[in-house]
Amino acid sequence: MTPPPVLSVRNLVVEIPSRAGISRPVNNISYDIAPGEILGVVGESGAGKSMAGNAIIGLLDRPAHIASGEVWLNGSRIDNLPLEDLRRIRGRQIGMVFQDPLTSLNPLLRIGDQLTETIREHLPVTAAQARERAVAALEEVGIPAAAERLDSYPHEFSGGMRQRVVIALALCAEPSFVIADEPTTALDVSVQAQIIALLRRLCRDRGTAVMLVTHDMGVIAEAADRVAVMYAGRLAELGPVRSVINAPRHPYADGLMGAMPSLSIGQRRLRQIPGAMPRPSKIPPGCAFHPRCPRAADPCRVDPPPTILDDPQGRAACWFPLEHSA
Amino acid sequence: MLAFLIRRLIQSVVVLLVVGAVSFGMFRFIGDPVNNMLGQERTQADIAELRDRLGLDRSVLVQYAVFLRNAAQGDFGVSYRQGRPVADIIAERAPATLELAAVSGVMALVFGIGLGVITAIKRNSWASSAIMTISLVGVSLPTFLIGILLIYVFSVQLEWLPSFGRGETVLVGGWSTGFLTQSGLVALILPAITLGLYQMTLIMRIVRSEMLEVLRQDYIRFARARGLRERSINFRHALKNTLVPVITVTGLQMGSIIAFSIITETVFQWPGMGLLFINAVQFVDIPVMAAYLMLISVLFVSINLVVDLLYFAIDPRLRIERAKA
Repeated sequence: MTPPPVLSVRNLVVEIPSRAGISRPVNNISYDIAPGEILGVVGESGAGKSMAGNAIIGLLDRPAHIASGEVWLNGSRIDNLPLEDLRRIRGRQIGMVFQDPLTSLNPLLRIGDQLTETIREHLPVTAAQARERAVAALEEVGIPAAAERLDSYPHEFSGGMRQRVVIALALCAEPSFVIADEPTTALDVSVQAQIIALLRRLCRDRGTAVMLVTHDMGVIAEAADRVAVMYAGRLAELGPVRSVINAPRHPYADGLMGAMPSLSIGQRRLRQIPGAMPRPSKIPPGCAFHPRCPRAADPCRVDPPPTILDDPQGRAACWFPLEHSA
Repeated sequence: MLAFLIRRLIQSVVVLLVVGAVSFGMFRFIGDPVNNMLGQERTQADIAELRDRLGLDRSVLVQYAVFLRNAAQGDFGVSYRQGRPVADIIAERAPATLELAAVSGVMALVFGIGLGVITAIKRNSWASSAIMTISLVGVSLPTFLIGILLIYVFSVQLEWLPSFGRGETVLVGGWSTGFLTQSGLVALILPAITLGLYQMTLIMRIVRSEMLEVLRQDYIRFARARGLRERSINFRHALKNTLVPVITVTGLQMGSIIAFSIITETVFQWPGMGLLFINAVQFVDIPVMAAYLMLISVLFVSINLVVDLLYFAIDPRLRIERAKA
């Protein structure tokens, strides 16, 4: 029997009202993440990946807001909580890792103070215990001489080390769910793999569920168990990483995989998807992808695509999904 | 750090030497003091004797050196008008100005930072808009007008507060203070508001805009995502990051509070150094003017030095970068 999911997102819609009308950067997405599972969320810039993460943790910038749908965390609904209750959940039950480690640490506070403040906010420990925990948290993310580095300021660390500190900060109160929003985008390629491996190991060990937001399919292939492909605020395809990469069903997912370089010999020319993703305010009717889709036909231009659920592990939202012979 | 401090000290000395030259220049610009001092019935021998006694027969550079040496020892000569040593007169007047400046400065800092933070955090509330609008008055109205308006409202119409003077003062070890008597404290209110209002609104507007900038930063978002309390985010994480530019401006403003208390002291007939200076200008009392000029420049230079040192205390990044430079 599969364990109950840590996170359940049900029909989540984020709206931004503006003079030009209401746009929906996140439109009716649903997924579950199981304990210890890493769900990769991919898509182009503006596909709503980060916006979905911010909506879950309740950090949408006004006027963006959750218009409908539900977010459940460990069996309780969190999208409608009062601010103060949500604050207690942030950091304690949901950790968040940001994109740029150079800007996500407060430059004027010692990292030890930033850690102990977070720990003491959420856990009933003394100052001394919090300090011990902070040392342990830094050791866990692989910072050498952790006890001495507590008194260092963020600028005394390299970019990769800072991202380790950020991860330690996000995980120091042992949340059961972590949102990693492009955690490696701002890092050196050589450091990226280390950070991904670290995130993966920590979450496996603790059974932490992870939502890994990125536009880097390589990172997804390496780290994620399942992948959700987002397009124009909607979920185009969701499934196990291997099957989405090797046998994508949604033409957009297929296009993404075709645009991914591989190291295999006899490299063909990369395919590209014609056109660009529409802005959230100008999403076409029917399937949002139809103007760029090689398989588009009449129904695609009129009605939103049905969700195909024939695979228990995955689903795709398409009128004419690609068929793959087994 | 030490190298930086030494470099800044040398710069300060250069500034003071230049200001000293200007002060010294004032004596010569006015003309030959001997003519004024001896009157009509004088002989050539009297003139030569006085020139010799005042050292005016020596070269300009030597005279400048003597002036600097005396100034460094606090000797600015004798006031033309009062016939007493300038240092004594200034020492007598300084407490009035310093107390007024201290009260204005503290008021400007406390209310400026407080209101700046509040208007930044609650930037969409009507109260913030109201405060911001009113602060425009503080920034744009000239000081003397504010003083006169306050006198008109609170002294003439309401008759709540005195319109001039320091009230009763008490001598505490040579320092005449108005803090210890009720009339002294009451007399402080209007001048302190007049003097500090501009600084307060300026500090408030700077804190507000810096704070808005900082609240947009990733580390504030990250702090929110870690579930820290709003109070800690606003005052521990955000406020500290706004302080470096705020201190720069505040430091200079503290200097100008003392330097430009001239206007407020004139409006309220406050017996401080500013009023002394204005009277000295009217009577062409050069030694007093020169001493005042030197004093104010020493003040500005020291405040700048303190501000630079405060940067180090606040921003750990500077400790490395400046040390390398």
